Amino acid sequence: MTEPLDLSTDVLVIGGGPAGTWAALRARRAGADVVLVDKGYCGTSGATAPSGTGVWYVAPERSAREQAKASREALGGYLADHHWMDRVLDQTYENMNLLADEGRYPFPVDPDTGLQIRTGVQGPEYMRRMRAWIKRAGVRILDHSPALELLVDADGQVRGAAGYRRQADRDYRITAGAVVIASGGCAFLSGALGTNVDTGDGALMAAEAGVSFSGMEFANAYGIAAAGSTVTKTAYYGYATFFHADGRVLEGAGSSQGRSVIARTLLTEPVFAQLDRADPQVQQMMRAGQPNFFLQFDRRGINPFTERFEVTMLAEGTVRGTGGIDIVDDTCATSVPGLFAAGDAATRERICGGFTGGGSHNAAWAMSSGSWAGTGAARFARTVARVTASDLRPAGRAGLRPTGRPTLDTATVLAAARDELLPVEKNLLRDGPRLQAALGQLDGLWADATRSLGASGEERVRARQAAAITAVGRWIYHSALARTETRGMSKRSDHPDLDPAQHHHVLTGGLDTVWTRTGAVRNSLLVAS
Amino acid sequence: MIELLIADACIGCDKCVDACPTNVFERTATGIPVIARQSDCQTCFMCEAYCPTDALYVHPQATPVSEEDLDAEHIGRYRAELGWGNGRVPGARRAVGPKLPHGPLPPRLPAAVLGGSA
Repeated sequence: MTEPLDLSTDVLVIGGGPAGTWAALRARRAGADVVLVDKGYCGTSGATAPSGTGVWYVAPERSAREQAKASREALGGYLADHHWMDRVLDQTYENMNLLADEGRYPFPVDPDTGLQIRTGVQGPEYMRRMRAWIKRAGVRILDHSPALELLVDADGQVRGAAGYRRQADRDYRITAGAVVIASGGCAFLSGALGTNVDTGDGALMAAEAGVSFSGMEFANAYGIAAAGSTVTKTAYYGYATFFHADGRVLEGAGSSQGRSVIARTLLTEPVFAQLDRADPQVQQMMRAGQPNFFLQFDRRGINPFTERFEVTMLAEGTVRGTGGIDIVDDTCATSVPGLFAAGDAATRERICGGFTGGGSHNAAWAMSSGSWAGTGAARFARTVARVTASDLRPAGRAGLRPTGRPTLDTATVLAAARDELLPVEKNLLRDGPRLQAALGQLDGLWADATRSLGASGEERVRARQAAAITAVGRWIYHSALARTETRGMSKRSDHPDLDPAQHHHVLTGGLDTVWTRTGAVRNSLLVAS
Repeated sequence: MIELLIADACIGCDKCVDACPTNVFERTATGIPVIARQSDCQTCFMCEAYCPTDALYVHPQATPVSEEDLDAEHIGRYRAELGWGNGRVPGARRAVGPKLPHGPLPPRLPAAVLGGSA
């Protein structure tokens, strides 16, 4: 292999989805030199680009804002923080207006008012514009360049990252004054639309540097898709009826509250759906709003409004759950100096508590947290002297530097981890003994991976993915076991009720030994007991 | 999954090689890229959107399908719906989705009403 590409910058952004591109843009505006690395292609990578999404865009008007905040309080188990909801609403409003005026996003126009409708974006167009915008602003983008590990100094401060340019077969080392992790959540390579780049790589890297996580028990989102397909646009199933194979209606099934009924039924028999509650006008709006949703039907000759089709559920993990890297201040700094987190990689509990799903809040969180992390990283970088990569310690372990001989096969590790995380009977329909058993498998797998999972060249990317999915799975199940109640999307059949005494966050972290502890809820409508 | 790369339509711009987020395509000496890692395809349809000559086709099934399942009439339609390509209006300008139902479900509708559009 050729010599590594060595670069030095003020701010390094890892990940080129909405959070990463907003971070890069805001860091540039704060005067920083910015390099953005994407595992795939900034513009198509991640869950947003191939989809379409509503955005939590609410005019700064008191009653509208109060209503917007109240809509999810109970669903999220009263874990959201009003200080953060207010600032996300403000920042999202500002960003969406900037996206229209400077980002040149072609929003639809309301024929009655002549005003643009800025409450949603089409993913391919949004991310294409974001890429063009940050390039225009002077951000250097490295596509197909997965980061593999962070570089830390003797004090433990994060000073850059190392990775691999897979189309050039060349390693890179980038030293930076500050690093923003915006690498997305972790959906365990489930195939849910656009999420196969979201394998928890950033979580693993950040954990190796010493960060904590929050809300990882809320990492069991599952999206509905036509069987065999990838397009999880669960919100549209609000217009669906669900059926048994013989055409009887599946009672209690639904896209929001009734999703566990679908999951439970799928364990023993196929489930069918028909969008038979969408009148012709709604049908046309669905098509205009989300053309990608119809690819799975049109290309298989199915009319989803008049015909029943088989459905499946695909794991969306922390991408549409809310858990992630804990952030410690308004700049989205983590507990490790020099490291910031944004988007799905960071905990979204601040605005959603223990429940999200797709869409508006996630999009708002990505662009807001990205903006703060980028600005914060740029400011932090001004205080940091430049270093050379050879003075830093590469922090990566499992998958890169096993303690023993690298005898483990990456595909075997990945398959074993997915076996514990994808099945709904383990991760969605949770109970204590099943969680314990799954966690036992993952703990054993982690010990094996630490000892014997290592690779070279391109295979390192896959080895790190397998290690990251295993690590994320352990934080999820440790946290799920620590929450002995039912709150938000963390539901336990052995603890089916909400326990007022557990009105707190569950924090977790650690690699060889995973720990959990509770964290106080701030600025909630409820006072912590 | 990505199923077709139509060499006759390809102009060798390698945009698919760049744009595929999971690095499925590979550049070649002939100028026409190849589907080198089909099993890494995540069926996200982004390559189709970025291909300027509609030389690619992604089947919505996330696992490989046989040739008789490929319906050529759909080639290029996704890009057209996105309004990408010269002379087209961005689909984003029309992208106003329906109100998403909250609370009680909207009523089931009879077949005669449902078949009225789509």
